[in-house]
Amino acid sequence: MKLVPIGVVVAVLVALPFLISGYHQGLATYVAIYFIAILGLNILTGYTGQISIGHGAFMAIGGYTTVLLSADQHWNLLATLPASLGISFVCGLIVGVPALRLSGVYLALATFALAVSVPQFPLKFSKFLGGSNGIHAAQTKSHLWLYVVGWSCSALAFAAAWLLLRGRIGRAFRAVRDSELAAVSSGVSLPIYKTLAFGVSAAFAGVAGSLLVLVTNGYAQPGEFGVLLSLEILIGAAVAGLGSLWGVIVGAVFIGLLPSVAPDVPLIGSAHGQDVVFGLIVVLIMLLLPNGFAGFLRRFEPRVKTTIKSDPKTS
Amino acid sequence: MLGLAKRKTAVSTGLSVPVLLLLLAGAIFLVIGSLSSSIFAQQTVAGLAQGAIFGSLALALVLIYRATEVINFAQGELAMATTYIAYQLTLWGVSYWLAFFLTLVIAFALGVVIQVVVIRPVQHSVIAVVIITVGLFILIDGLVTWKWGADLKFMPAPFGNAVYHAGSVAFSRQDLGTLIVTIFSVILLWLLFQFTKLGLAMRAAALRPAAASLVGVRVNRMLALGWGLAAVLGAVSGLMTEPTQFLQPTMMQAILLYAFAAAVLGGLESPAGAVIGGLFIGVFLNLIGQYIGFATPELRLPMAFAVLLLVLLVKPNGLFGRRQVRRV
Amino acid sequence: MAALLELEDVTARYGPVQALHGVSLAVDEGQIAAVLGANGAGKTTTLRAISGTVRRDGQLRFAGKRLGRAGPDGVARLGIAHVPEGRGTFAELTVWDNLRLGGYTRRGPLKDDFARIQTYFPWLEERRNQQAGTLSGGEQQMLALARAFMQRSRLMLLDEPSLGLAPLLVTEIFRIVKELNENEGLTVLVVEQNAHIALQLAQTAYVLEVGRVALAGPSAELQQHESVRRSYLGY
Repeated sequence: MKLVPIGVVVAVLVALPFLISGYHQGLATYVAIYFIAILGLNILTGYTGQISIGHGAFMAIGGYTTVLLSADQHWNLLATLPASLGISFVCGLIVGVPALRLSGVYLALATFALAVSVPQFPLKFSKFLGGSNGIHAAQTKSHLWLYVVGWSCSALAFAAAWLLLRGRIGRAFRAVRDSELAAVSSGVSLPIYKTLAFGVSAAFAGVAGSLLVLVTNGYAQPGEFGVLLSLEILIGAAVAGLGSLWGVIVGAVFIGLLPSVAPDVPLIGSAHGQDVVFGLIVVLIMLLLPNGFAGFLRRFEPRVKTTIKSDPKTS
Repeated sequence: MLGLAKRKTAVSTGLSVPVLLLLLAGAIFLVIGSLSSSIFAQQTVAGLAQGAIFGSLALALVLIYRATEVINFAQGELAMATTYIAYQLTLWGVSYWLAFFLTLVIAFALGVVIQVVVIRPVQHSVIAVVIITVGLFILIDGLVTWKWGADLKFMPAPFGNAVYHAGSVAFSRQDLGTLIVTIFSVILLWLLFQFTKLGLAMRAAALRPAAASLVGVRVNRMLALGWGLAAVLGAVSGLMTEPTQFLQPTMMQAILLYAFAAAVLGGLESPAGAVIGGLFIGVFLNLIGQYIGFATPELRLPMAFAVLLLVLLVKPNGLFGRRQVRRV
Repeated sequence: MAALLELEDVTARYGPVQALHGVSLAVDEGQIAAVLGANGAGKTTTLRAISGTVRRDGQLRFAGKRLGRAGPDGVARLGIAHVPEGRGTFAELTVWDNLRLGGYTRRGPLKDDFARIQTYFPWLEERRNQQAGTLSGGEQQMLALARAFMQRSRLMLLDEPSLGLAPLLVTEIFRIVKELNENEGLTVLVVEQNAHIALQLAQTAYVLEVGRVALAGPSAELQQHESVRRSYLGY
């Protein structure tokens, strides 16, 4: 692991709140939230090869956990974060079990079903979950507080992901991704590691969801956690490129900042220019960098020299 | 022996006896129910009309999935955008049915252009194609809202508002018309694939592109045609949705989700499965909504997906999914 | 007489790996030519270079026309039928659809050709609605030959027709290839591991070694050749 880039990123993040306004601190916090969520998705999809289009659902679970604990039980907001981590982790494990039977597109669409269904429950059970107006946490926090907490969580998440993936578990994850058959025959238990990956990934998303609620003035609303959120996380992960932790920051900046920069674009301008520009740029980026930013970085890495002489497709 | 292990030599057909029996039982249930209760019959017909719309959009998804193994997230938005084009044509004074057919032509061209310009360059990367369709989803949505606004728009009713009575059962002309138009377009498509040389080449290009190119099929051209036809089916579903939902940029989003469910239910590879899956979901939702008090409209989507998940857990490749058998 | 197919210094590569280092060969109209060689010598790649399914360079001429950058569909349209390793059967489609695809590049009805090919494979008629994937390996190989015939090609590229088949079936397949060559005037370029049977069938043969033609000549001569006998015929 290179220490210099980490040092630079940390220095920038520490200096940033002194240089920018409260509004921009809020934007930077969104980037932190997407960072955590994309990191979580990357662990699942990039390292174990299971595709999820349903991470917005886990974010909703985390967000509602935080708000309920704060509004009904009067918990300290910081204390709700570990709780939401734990609950999303368990939910992830629960989803991971049926996911064992599915793969590829079927898994992707099943998780998408989750993303669609979960935001409907607050509408159905509006007595407890506040319906379409949502529910409100007991306190709101300043931009600076959110910035510090958001990026501290990001740092912790990054460290946790790094530690997890470099060790035994990370190796098992990668083995599952590359060949399930080979993984099983070398003693890696598929059910354990696949559900574990789902749990870990969901836990990351849950914390991101809690932070998302806090940054939107403490409101948890079904609309926040709609299908679009899941799609945004997926876009972020694709822009980041799968299987690389470093690309994640680029993906997070991309989906965190672009939609708020886009309305200033001339010509289309105004309210809907945002979608037009965002959609257009997503398409262009995938055309130019089909393997995301990680794939782009890999182009500059020194190639391992191959000395294969023979023809791979034998005659 | 070289290369033998990798070869797929046999493919079992999708239909299995239990699934067929299940379908038959379902059909009998619907007929008996309709004969004994007029409300049941009404809900069934309305459900079939809804389901036909889900089915035609699901079929569009299946066409593209078979060719590129990719789910087109923009399929619904494309359908919505083409419906707006039809609306614009009627504003300019074109009669409804002329606008209808003109729109199908435009939709075809749009589908082909999308495939050639943004899909073909990255078609070897599934994830890139999926993300591009998500980008198109957002882009099309933005463009339509920018051009026409987010408020409701109205088009002339294609079938009028007449209601037919058969005994004590009332059928709206709208529902019957929807059913006929969508089923008719599905049948036309089936004829194209089954009985024409072009359809055969399209199937071959989707199934085995390498082998197809060796017999002289221009594979890329066939894939583009596939996107065009999918867009046409989508336009049909959009135009048939308009009379019940009216025009708004979000009109196809829920329908796309039901179409996903229908396509997966049918096995993603099976055109017939997609249509049957669509009809099933349409009828199921209508009947559940009618008879089970707990199933309020908020639960429509979760219920559709609960059924989907249940089916997937029992049959991980959908009801009509092909199971690939390897013979060595 | 100019050769029907001429390759001059053809090279091909898979990504960074060069598979053909300059192959030259010629096949005369009406001939059967064989390409022999060990695993990895570039036999399959030679056929793939001709049909344009691999990136290739060098001079390729068919019936006097240069193939240039033509892709597989373009080459098929010129009248070359490539039956690839694994036979290129559309397993999901019926036998009849496979044959229709063979005739895809042609206009007009397929009836006459179908009647003609049935004299070689009489079982095709009763099996025409069967899924091709449910045929046995030998039947699939025969279907591939029939499909290539329906293409009305002048040249057939045949890749390892004996692969995975019982010896009796291999003899049968090669007998039919011979008949197609003699009765229908079909020129054949066959790649084969089984050098013994290939040299019996072909008039000319080329031995490839590491992406180059190491030896070429009439089959009868090659059969007598010391190194061919030791390396490929095993006596």
